[in-house]
Amino acid sequence: MSAIAPMVPDARGRYGRYGGRYVPETLMAPLEELERAYAAARADSSFQAELDSLLHNFAGRPTPLQFAERLSAYLGGPRIYIKREDLLHTGAHKINNALGQGLLVTRMGKKRIIAETGAGQHGVATATVAAKFGLTCTVYMGTEDMERQRLNVFRMRLLGAEVVGVDSGSRTLKDAINEAMRDWVTNVESSHYLLGSVLGAHPYPQIVRDFQKVIGEEARAQIAQAEGRLPDTLIACVGGGSNAIGLFHAFLPDASVRMIGVEAGGRGTTLGEHAARLAAASGFSGARPGVLQGTYTYVLQNFDGQIATTHSVSAGLDYPGVGPEHAWLAEQGRAEYCAVSDAEAVEAARTLARLEGIIPALESAHALAEVIRRAPRMKKDELVILNLSGRGDKDMDILSRYV
Amino acid sequence: MSENFATWQSALAVQPAGRIARRFRALAEAGEMGLVAYITAGDPSLAATEKIVLAAAEAGADVIELGVPFSDPVADGPTIQRASDRALRSGTTLAGVIELVRRIRANSEVPLVLFSYFNPILQMGLEKFAAAAAAAGADGVLATDLTLEEAVEYRAALQAHGLDTIFLAAPTSTDARLAQIGAASSGFLYVISRAGVTGEREALPADLPALIRRARKFTSLPIAVGFGISLPTHVTVLGGIADAAVVGSALMAEVEKAASTDEAAAAVAERIRVLKSAARTGVSRRSSEAS
Ligand SMILES: Cc1ncc(COP(=O)(O)O)c(C=O)c1O
Repeated sequence: MSAIAPMVPDARGRYGRYGGRYVPETLMAPLEELERAYAAARADSSFQAELDSLLHNFAGRPTPLQFAERLSAYLGGPRIYIKREDLLHTGAHKINNALGQGLLVTRMGKKRIIAETGAGQHGVATATVAAKFGLTCTVYMGTEDMERQRLNVFRMRLLGAEVVGVDSGSRTLKDAINEAMRDWVTNVESSHYLLGSVLGAHPYPQIVRDFQKVIGEEARAQIAQAEGRLPDTLIACVGGGSNAIGLFHAFLPDASVRMIGVEAGGRGTTLGEHAARLAAASGFSGARPGVLQGTYTYVLQNFDGQIATTHSVSAGLDYPGVGPEHAWLAEQGRAEYCAVSDAEAVEAARTLARLEGIIPALESAHALAEVIRRAPRMKKDELVILNLSGRGDKDMDILSRYV
Repeated sequence: MSENFATWQSALAVQPAGRIARRFRALAEAGEMGLVAYITAGDPSLAATEKIVLAAAEAGADVIELGVPFSDPVADGPTIQRASDRALRSGTTLAGVIELVRRIRANSEVPLVLFSYFNPILQMGLEKFAAAAAAAGADGVLATDLTLEEAVEYRAALQAHGLDTIFLAAPTSTDARLAQIGAASSGFLYVISRAGVTGEREALPADLPALIRRARKFTSLPIAVGFGISLPTHVTVLGGIADAAVVGSALMAEVEKAASTDEAAAAVAERIRVLKSAARTGVSRRSSEAS
């Protein structure tokens, strides 16, 4: 395991060979505009100050790093700390990025934002930010996801956003992104695409990572305070990979810290039954480097380069591509990636509810399931930080069907 | 004299006169605007596409763009999305489309451009793709979601096999980008009429002539204009300012409606005859205005 300085991406938006910018020509100008606006904002201390204030007063940062006493005792192995992103306003880490980009949009002078959403958490966060900043907001969501995350559809509409159902492909996150990109390419002058994960063309993976890295920065200070040392293991679920990179980033130079990304193993290892892009070592088939929705990364696809459909009980992990920085971290061996099944995730959600009084989002439950699976092989004094990316209210329908 | 000869020779080396260049030269000599027809390959089958393409060429299409269907066509509107969907359901692959090029080439000299998203090309392998496409008789390639910045190896592979590299220029492209796009393109420059996805529209944007004039400053290549062109009046508007009009969704809407391959081929051919006739009169009207 090697430590690497987080010197990525390079000027072309590359993380090693991954990343880049693969878009219709019409989108090059707005991407360059966004890159310039973001560089200017980063250089302006008033931008960070304003964002910090919003994160604190509106979103509720810092989030606690809570010692999970009963869970740790139950597993009889590692000391588990939970980073409570579920306590944020709107109920998931997605608000960190939505506030950051929302503030950027007001500086760019655009009055309309477009977003995609899978689980609905990014859609709710974006709708919230739009309401707060007085922007109009259109959210694209696959009709399959609208069905299984109905509560969030209602929340977005209550917040004044227009929610547009997408009925193509697998009617999930990938298809919502296609439709959001089509809207953006048509309305480039007036609209900003507020992408919700470390996906898409450069500079999105960098911008979203930068707005999420506060998770790891806080956790690093909090664990030092609580335990007087670095953690041994970080663990987070990976849809596009924003909550995971948000936790990992501050620890990248710490060679002793092991990082584990957990993907959706769905209901089987054959292509179409899962959303495991980097966990091929566990037998999941169909992932190869390719280009999807603006970036070069590991993509679930068939032999001819057609993108595969995916399955997960968790809408937020149900996507055939993965953030390019994760592809690079996997290739470097700096982070490892595995997958847990639908059933394991649901079981983990129940366990956390009963032992800690926290109902996690099904996405976050995937990370927890991996902790449970590994605990017997971990040392008693091993320090684990689990990123609890969101709360489970949105998943009551699904959970009630299983429980 | 010898200097002239050298210049002429190097010009030839840079731009081998392929079918596309020859067709545009012939159009210029005849004082006609060209018509480029986009057809999604494999909708509803590759055998049907073969008939439709031959009928389109027969009816006066100057260049055919064969659309390679893709699962996630982000640059396309509903009509071509549905066409791609049907083509994928009929089992169409990039290899199958290249084989279709070979069959069309056996019966026609119409210039053929492969119009694809990048991932299928990347998965086949750039070199393997370029060699196969050239051997089958394709003349050029346009990859919708491949910008210049990411196209270095792609251009080298295509050029090595004598294929034209056609890039898109958009209303949002800066002058600096237009210059680079012009320099990297061969065959023709494809100017997108408006920011947006493919699909039929009522009217062309008012600032389109200015965009075409701006693009002209940076290239001597013929300029084809596409996105939103379906009616003879659209083509007439382009008369004298563009070298060709591209029609796509309007043709695929005919294919979608048709009850049989023969009906689809006939309907596409009729559309092309009408548009091509507007392309001819459009230019002559401009010439008479100019004189
Ligand atoms: C609670 C929660 N966690 C995780 C994810 C997955 O996204 P990412 O991998 O970008 O963190 C989502 C996405 O919707 C989510 O809602």
